[in-house]
Amino acid sequence: MPPLDPMQLPPSTWVFLIATVVKMLIVFTVYMVGVAYTTLAERKISAWIQDRHGPNRVGPWGLFQVLADGVKNIMKEETMPGEINKPIFILAPALAFVPALLAWAVIPFGAPLPTPWGKIDLVVADLPIGFLFTLAITSLGVYGIVLAGWASNNKYALLGGLRASAQMVSYEIAMGMSTVCVLLIAGNVSLNTIIVQQATMGWNVLVLSIAAFLFLVAAFAETNRVPFDLPEAESELIAGYHSEYSAMKFSMFPISEYANMLTASAMFVTLFFGGWDIPFTQWDNSGPATVLKALATVGMFSFKVGFFVFFYIWVRWTLPRFRYDQLMSLGWKFMLPVALAYIVIAAAAILGLDYAGLERGRTFGLAMFGINLVLLVVLFVILDRGRIISPASSRIERERLGRLRARAVQRAHLAPGEIR
Amino acid sequence: MGNEFFPLFYGFHFYLFGLIALVSSILFVTRKSPVAAALWLINVMFCLAVLYILLDAQFIGAIQVLLYAGAIMVVFLFVVMLLNLGHPSELSDIRGKGGRLAAGFVGLALLAEIMVLARAEFPAKLTLPAAVTTEAAQGTAGIIGPIAAPLFREYLLAFELTSILLLTAIVGAVVIGKKREAGDAG
Repeated sequence: MPPLDPMQLPPSTWVFLIATVVKMLIVFTVYMVGVAYTTLAERKISAWIQDRHGPNRVGPWGLFQVLADGVKNIMKEETMPGEINKPIFILAPALAFVPALLAWAVIPFGAPLPTPWGKIDLVVADLPIGFLFTLAITSLGVYGIVLAGWASNNKYALLGGLRASAQMVSYEIAMGMSTVCVLLIAGNVSLNTIIVQQATMGWNVLVLSIAAFLFLVAAFAETNRVPFDLPEAESELIAGYHSEYSAMKFSMFPISEYANMLTASAMFVTLFFGGWDIPFTQWDNSGPATVLKALATVGMFSFKVGFFVFFYIWVRWTLPRFRYDQLMSLGWKFMLPVALAYIVIAAAAILGLDYAGLERGRTFGLAMFGINLVLLVVLFVILDRGRIISPASSRIERERLGRLRARAVQRAHLAPGEIR
Repeated sequence: MGNEFFPLFYGFHFYLFGLIALVSSILFVTRKSPVAAALWLINVMFCLAVLYILLDAQFIGAIQVLLYAGAIMVVFLFVVMLLNLGHPSELSDIRGKGGRLAAGFVGLALLAEIMVLARAEFPAKLTLPAAVTTEAAQGTAGIIGPIAAPLFREYLLAFELTSILLLTAIVGAVVIGKKREAGDAG
């Protein structure tokens, strides 16, 4: 037996306590800075998509715009409408933000870091119920919005709040159901186990593709981002639930939206994109822990989360908003039945492959991937046939669509300025 | 890890959250505004979740927050807001003498039940063998295993019957909520 290296052992109680406090501070700081810079990223990327410059006046490339925004929001006058319910009106912005922050407590962001005082897990709290904790905490995000709408004592705000609660409760069910398959295949609710399973079997986005798709859509709805931003649809509800808010209290709502976006991206990465696992190599999850491995995996995790934050922004500046009945029918008539059916199929597939004597490893993942490819084709090409998940053109009669297309081609050939 | 701190830690948090739960539940029954009452009830549920977690029932604690605070109370708030019960000062929750007496009686009955239950012995199937520690049980079967095993073995029939009961309730709600066509009998 080789001599035990103190750097590979679990730390003592005091080291554990101090390390936890340090990790809390680091995660909190990085997360807050990340949220602030996500707002800048949104403005820069939207500008890029729309062929504008975006903020470029404060600091190099507009990098200090975030500071300027913060100072502006804090210095602004705060208005308190007369008929509000004051305690709840003040509490609501905080309630919107805190759940997004809390969920980060259990998300592992890197391989263990060896230190002279013991091996430190790179997660603030490695709870055995990890995944359920995030689900429970994010389900509370709706209170901030609902209470903001109610406490404002304004019918548009109330309507926005009610829409938000109806939407978030509906999609929460689809989200929870889509993650049941992840728990089935990992056999545990601890997020570390889920990451290890993906490192050995292949990422869940391949092993459980439909669940990943459902989770992504539900995550957009949960964060109230376009195309699911009906609670603040400005053409119908002024600004929805935050119509009556001003200054920093108002600012807390967009901040919590970006915070939720980061949290949802991190959850999606952890559940379906292998967490901090580096693809195409086993170097990062085998052998003793090293500082280099810890740093590389943290970098990988940040990259993945950053990509999905970009994806969120990309979708926002690409897609239009749903109509409310479309939103509800997508949630209840498509997402939920598909999620339920997928649980049955995935459970049967896992059980069948286990009985067939396949080891839980690469081959198992490949077999699941094959099943998923078939299911994806069945779902999108045969079952859906462009009814729910489709371009708008599929809802127009085929004959009319032909005529419209012919006219568009005809117009494109006209000289500029010549309009019929 | 750190067993020397645990009795102090557990004791402190048990009394802290027990106290918050008691105060919140008293505030819950005395508030006139239904929204404020609902918010205090959510607070009670959080405290109960903490107490579950202190008992090493982390799964039950998470489910308590997820289902009660995160789903059921949201629907509750939703309904309360839609009902628009009017200004809180116009509402009075205090019922007559008969109601108070009945409430007191039910309270005493519940207290008596708790006293009896505190002395009762749990069925052996529901408890871990004395030789097995919580950590050991959770190490082999995960955090949910020790709960799932009796539920799907010894109590399978009751479990399935409960789900049929819930299904019946859902079907009933759909039937009641369904819009009747014009000229539809009944």
